[in-house]
Amino acid sequence: MPDALLLTAPAAAPLAVAAGYAALGWRRTTAWAGLLSPAAILACATALAARVPTRGPATAYDGLLRADALTVWILLGIGAVGALACAASPAYLAAERTDPVSARRYGVLVHLFLAAMALATLTVNLGVLWVAIEATTIVTAFLVGHHRTRAGVEAAWKYVVICSVGIALAFLGTVLVYYAARHAGIPESRALDWPTLAAHADRLDHPTLRLGTALAVLGFGAKAGLVPLHAWLPDAHSQAPAPVSALMSGVLLAVAFTAVLRHKVIADAALGTGFARVLLVAVALVTLALAAALLLAQRDYKRMLAYSSMEHMGLIALAAAIGTRLATAALLLHMAGHGLAKGVAFCSSGHLLHLAGTTRIGRVRGLLGRAPALGAAFGLALLALLALPPFSLFASELGIARAGFNAGLGWVVAVALVLVLIAFAAIAGRGARMLLGAGPVPDAAPARSGVSVWLPLAAGLAVCAALGITVAPLGDLLDAAAAIGGH
Amino acid sequence: MSEGLFTQLLDLACGIFLLAAVLVLWRRELAAMVRVFAAQGLALAAIAALLARHEHRWDLLGVAVLVAVLRAGLLPRLMRRALVAGGESAETEPLVNVAASLLAAAALTLLAYAVARPLTELAPSPATRALPVGLAVVLIGFFALVTRRRALSQVTGFLLVDNGITAVAFLAASGVPLIVELGVSFDVLFAALVLQVLTARMRAAFGGTDLDDLRELHD
Repeated sequence: MPDALLLTAPAAAPLAVAAGYAALGWRRTTAWAGLLSPAAILACATALAARVPTRGPATAYDGLLRADALTVWILLGIGAVGALACAASPAYLAAERTDPVSARRYGVLVHLFLAAMALATLTVNLGVLWVAIEATTIVTAFLVGHHRTRAGVEAAWKYVVICSVGIALAFLGTVLVYYAARHAGIPESRALDWPTLAAHADRLDHPTLRLGTALAVLGFGAKAGLVPLHAWLPDAHSQAPAPVSALMSGVLLAVAFTAVLRHKVIADAALGTGFARVLLVAVALVTLALAAALLLAQRDYKRMLAYSSMEHMGLIALAAAIGTRLATAALLLHMAGHGLAKGVAFCSSGHLLHLAGTTRIGRVRGLLGRAPALGAAFGLALLALLALPPFSLFASELGIARAGFNAGLGWVVAVALVLVLIAFAAIAGRGARMLLGAGPVPDAAPARSGVSVWLPLAAGLAVCAALGITVAPLGDLLDAAAAIGGH
Repeated sequence: MSEGLFTQLLDLACGIFLLAAVLVLWRRELAAMVRVFAAQGLALAAIAALLARHEHRWDLLGVAVLVAVLRAGLLPRLMRRALVAGGESAETEPLVNVAASLLAAAALTLLAYAVARPLTELAPSPATRALPVGLAVVLIGFFALVTRRRALSQVTGFLLVDNGITAVAFLAASGVPLIVELGVSFDVLFAALVLQVLTARMRAAFGGTDLDDLRELHD
């Protein structure tokens, strides 16, 4: 298949599906058409995965779109978590009895969201990357405010203001990188082109690049849920419809972090590895500490999942700070595993909300007895997020820790492990309270979950566990992707 | 145009650009703030046009027109519509009073000059020497954003930040490539539209746009 098609379809297919929803609305028949976009993304990513590790990056449109191994890895994640979220949506909207107008808007916006994330992954122009990531803020604003309650409006407002302003910093950083590139004699048409910048990084002016990189890490870090601009995350994740939370936590954070990785590659080549490492270690440790502290005091299970996302993004930032090939491979595996596990956890939390009618942890008791299938999915997703084997987060956290000790960052890893342990205790304790014990109504018949509810959840968990047992089919791709971000 | 005249006109436009940001901090009436913001958009367009004339790059002239239409026309119109719909005319008491705000603006401008020194030294020219003005407006925009308590003034702060970044892009490198400029303009326009709709929803849910009311979600 020609490259241009493989690179265009992942963004074009969701756009077409969004147009379809705009025209036809959300009905019983069209609800499942949403699976077409993740299917197209997965198909293109699989085709690219077969050839990119051996034959090198595929490009189209004069280098505006480009897929290297890193792109393909992220694209597979978008497809997998997208499939999970789109498969969970019909049951979610049906249980919520969403009115036709809101349902149509939901269909349109979710697929525009997928298109923007695919574009952000596939473009190598740092300016277009910025435009695509800011576009995700705009299209998800009304999804975050889907329920027009006071809390919904508040979450949407904070989300748009903090993310737009935060990411404006990243644009200022991009402008400074462009300035440095133009001054280094790179022509205007190539001055934001990532491969060109990475190849000619030694010519870039150091003080300008240092300022630009710091701003890019802060700005894209805002979108990735990293301190100091993380305040939108718990509100948005807890207010958005569950499948949207799954997409935001499972892939949007990873896509935004990939932008940080791309900027870091340029900075490492120009300034040495020290600068970005200090910056990312600081951000990672503060993010982990904050997430652990707030998890200890959490009384709302959707917010608990949101803070767990911050914890995992902190670990991912730590892996990026370590920056070796082993660390980068573990980072990418962690992104994939977290995306799948968090996708399942958020989707099941949506069904849980419909079952229990509350997001308070204290009011949910004996979930395993009340709804065995749903309780098992939620519980297993929590175990995966706690990085217990066989799920892939076990392997990736081990990999991050090992890489950290190898790279002489032992004390940082030790501090991080203590913080992860605190988060572990907080989540495990609350999870056990929700899942085990007797239900509020003893001897009630357990609620049965339909196949459209449990099948996507089981599939997500199965893939997450499979990745933990072996990455063999994706081994070459992971190696090649780690070589791009690591050193 | 002679080199001297170009420098003078550029400095004049940059001066108006910075002054507008300071005036936003000074004025309390929301309508006046919108007018000042529109004037700043015109100054930004003038900067782009001057650079286009100086470097004989006529594509940049198109960008200048785009900037004028968006930042002096469309965005102020959107803000005015939100203002008329809301019926609120003045900022409530800001977190920091006006005199302290103006002093803060002066301090932030000095900070911008300090931070921008390496950037100016990289390629000294009349344009890059004016670059700290853009950074100062970014910082003042941030300041307005965190100290103002009305939804509309927070939006103004966000747009000030954005104007400042656009000015930095023009002064440092004659603007980013056209495809990026177009994308950024659309993003900003849509963000402003989204915020306008959210302001209306906020009014429906809370009965006003005082951001202190946003306190349902916390830990």
